[in-house]
Amino acid sequence: MPMLEVANLQKHYTLHGGMMASVFGGRRVVHALNGVSFNVEQGQSLGLAGESGCGKTTTAKLILKLLRPTSGAIRFAGRDISDLEGADLLGYRRQVQFVFQNPYEALNPRFTILRAMLEPLVIHGIGASALNRVERVADALRQVHLDPPEAFFMKYPHHLSGGQLQRVVIARALLVEPRLLVADEPVSMLDVSVRAGVLNLMRDLTRRHGLTTIYISHDLALIRYMCTTTAVMYLGTICEIGSTAEVIGRPKHPYTQALVAAVPDPDPTRAERVVKISDTVPTPLHIPVGCPFADRCPMVMDICRTVRPALRAIEGVRVACHLYEAPEEVH
Amino acid sequence: MALLDVERLSVEYQTLQGTVRAVRDVSFSLPPGRALGLVGESGCGKTTLARALIGVLPRNARITEGAVRFEGTDLLRLPADQFNDYRWRRIAMVPQAAMDSLDPVQRVGDQMVETIVLRGNLTRAAAADRARELFAMVGLQPDRLRLYPHELSGGMKQRAVIAMALALRPPLVIADEPVTALDVIVQHQVLQTLRDLREALGVSLLLITHDISVVASLCDDVAVMYAGRIVESGTVRQVFAEPRHPYTMGLRNAFPSLRAEQEHLVPIEGYPPDLAHPPQGCAFTARCPFAIPRCWEEDPVLRAEGDGQEAACHRAHEAPVLRVQAAEAFARLAGDEIRSAPREAC
Amino acid sequence: MSDAERTLTLPTRWSQAASSWRDALGTLAVVARRDRFALVGIIIYVAFFAIALLSPVLAPYNPQELNYLPGGDVAANLPPSLSHPMGTTNLGRDIFSQLLYGSRAALMVGFVAALGVVILGTLVGLVAGYYGGWVDTVLMRLADVAFGVPFLPMAIVLVAFLGPNIWNVVLVMTLLLWRDTGRIIRAQVLSLRERSYIEAARVLGASHTRTMFVHIAPNVLPLSFLYGSLAIGWAILTEASISFLGFGDPNVISWGFMLQDAYNSQALARQAFHWFVPPGVCIMLAVMAGFFISRGYEELLFPRLRRR
Repeated sequence: MPMLEVANLQKHYTLHGGMMASVFGGRRVVHALNGVSFNVEQGQSLGLAGESGCGKTTTAKLILKLLRPTSGAIRFAGRDISDLEGADLLGYRRQVQFVFQNPYEALNPRFTILRAMLEPLVIHGIGASALNRVERVADALRQVHLDPPEAFFMKYPHHLSGGQLQRVVIARALLVEPRLLVADEPVSMLDVSVRAGVLNLMRDLTRRHGLTTIYISHDLALIRYMCTTTAVMYLGTICEIGSTAEVIGRPKHPYTQALVAAVPDPDPTRAERVVKISDTVPTPLHIPVGCPFADRCPMVMDICRTVRPALRAIEGVRVACHLYEAPEEVH
Repeated sequence: MALLDVERLSVEYQTLQGTVRAVRDVSFSLPPGRALGLVGESGCGKTTLARALIGVLPRNARITEGAVRFEGTDLLRLPADQFNDYRWRRIAMVPQAAMDSLDPVQRVGDQMVETIVLRGNLTRAAAADRARELFAMVGLQPDRLRLYPHELSGGMKQRAVIAMALALRPPLVIADEPVTALDVIVQHQVLQTLRDLREALGVSLLLITHDISVVASLCDDVAVMYAGRIVESGTVRQVFAEPRHPYTMGLRNAFPSLRAEQEHLVPIEGYPPDLAHPPQGCAFTARCPFAIPRCWEEDPVLRAEGDGQEAACHRAHEAPVLRVQAAEAFARLAGDEIRSAPREAC
Repeated sequence: MSDAERTLTLPTRWSQAASSWRDALGTLAVVARRDRFALVGIIIYVAFFAIALLSPVLAPYNPQELNYLPGGDVAANLPPSLSHPMGTTNLGRDIFSQLLYGSRAALMVGFVAALGVVILGTLVGLVAGYYGGWVDTVLMRLADVAFGVPFLPMAIVLVAFLGPNIWNVVLVMTLLLWRDTGRIIRAQVLSLRERSYIEAARVLGASHTRTMFVHIAPNVLPLSFLYGSLAIGWAILTEASISFLGFGDPNVISWGFMLQDAYNSQALARQAFHWFVPPGVCIMLAVMAGFFISRGYEELLFPRLRRR
């Protein structure tokens, strides 16, 4: 049984226009997620890649129960999480943890580091005594290479650098011994030379604790480094999902191909690649009827504008693109 | 003659914690028609340098020494009104998050026309023509001139600002992180636009960024900044293929690449020094796996190492050997030394 | 001794680390240090507090007691002298003693009302801002009602209805003055609610109550204190107004009562400045002190207001 199952997840926001809009126009709806489905097996590391507005952060928030889905289901260890309450909800929160994008805002500015890290232990009742809890915090800080831990206990977040803060956030997430760790752009706000350290730390800890992980990033190179499986999202749907080597090495969906080609290379000797997609602004306000990528796709066909492609298995990956459907299946 | 010649420029900030020497003795030159990338992480002084060049330093900053020669004239010695003549006409700046620098209550086309008329002594009609021309050059349809900034996407706004910068055909454009806030595909398009513009107009470009891949794709030359100094410079190919400064070597290994073989990223352990109290010797010593006693005492000078490449390192002549060992050496440093005391608030 | 144990045996520091509320309270000390005016304000309050506490000791007479001259006549309307530093009222009561005892009423009213305003306003702001939806709507409509009601007439009506007791005055003020604090705190909570560290609290398992009171509250408390310090001044002034108009508690000698007494006895016509100027000055000092402290907090909370 997969650890996490996401089935046909949809999330829509209704925008409330002014008085005029309510009277005359229809309500405007933002389709943040339009039917996303994937599974995550135990021990896997899944990367959710895509540009801004594609719905990857929304997916994370739904998994963490910070938002409620409009429709669709999320199952953790076989159990639907939408109706969890009380002690069950607390149990779920213990098993699924989060690393934030902005380390400078992930810690309460009024809490010392020690206080901030004691919080999950206190909430979940972990640790036999106050002393035991402090020891656990010290141990967690050592694991993220913030040593000696006592030097950090009384500090406030504004005393620490971005890299140190992110390590504290990771340590705090691991205190409750979760089974699934979700990380949203964990290093995008850190300096380049610091990123490698934090990424290596996460790889290391993931391996050591046997964690299942989901990384969300617009940086394909990062996903390639951290994840075994990659899902590429566009405007609220998954266009391609499969092993990282396949998806990034031999991209099939035109959007994935454009994305891979567009990533700039730190090596100037590699030749420039051409990215052939048009300039229209994708907006989650007006999701077209057919494939969401149709108006920008260099290989668009008539059917793309009317029928939404489903994820289909092709050569070891799943792709949502009419280009890969056998002729008989295309009406 | 170089288009831009910066000589021994130093800039200081007065802060509550004391005097911070943000830019220390920086010299470089930019020949006409070339693109120079100034690369460095946060706190290295690159944004201060950009602001000093265009004359928009904050009130608590002072230029303590140095000269900025543009087409032979030292801009720093000019009175404010004469300096002002250079802005937009000879030197244009595309600031960070440029899309936020557009006036939200004016149509984009009107803003461009206003700038051109004010600065360029063209008639309104001529200015409008020029605006259309510029939009076409950056790949935006001319009917978008009628739109307000909020009706354009991030990438379009960025291109509009670039178009505005080029309105009066300045020979030099300074761009501070022009693509950082953009999505990958849009970033690629904007970089392509900049490349095409350089080819078409022969504009010189000073690009300031933390992202070495942007420099790799756009620039001819590169200067690497660390702790307020330039530690290495040369052509992009030279510096990337054969770095001579340990910091540059470390950066290369710290960048995840999409295409290259890469088993392990190697961080550069530690933090940049506190520029309120800059160290006596080389600023990189505490983080450098190749440090020798001399590095702690003597600050190396930027010195030519052949072929137009320059590096500020006492062991630059050993670079070919060090390069091979770099990944392992940095890794050892990261693994063995565990960072202790947290950095104090700055 | 393990490192952890060593940490624990520093009880003050550790308990400081464990209590963010205490840290929020500590902002008062920071404000005092930074802003001279705020320091003056705090000193004024401390002085009044001391006087209020020590008034039985400091006051030469019972403020209600009628004093008599040696000849048997009432010692009415005496000018300032050694035995009566501020003279006497037209009933022979010592004004100086009244002034000292008046500080009790002022402080009691001021601080209790301010406390009530802060607590009620902060609670409402927290709950409305955090939950949003119909809870927010209901609470904000209540605030609108409180805003719409004209303050002094309503206060008079309520006091007349409930009885001219000093505690009723305090209750009325709390019921009508919480609205400013409530609105501002709600606005602050609305913005804080979206911060990553609040999301983090939820993800770590904090319940809604815990998130509101342990995670959000310490960040809005300085703002509460700002409005609280303003409320002290307002409360004292309001009590003075109500008493001056004759609707206050007749058993409590407050500064407002003194003013009313002076007014009724034509003190102005008799130029008995020693009677009505001191209570007026005291009211002024109390309100000013509150204002200074709140200004100090403002600079702390909104550093952009600081002059370069």
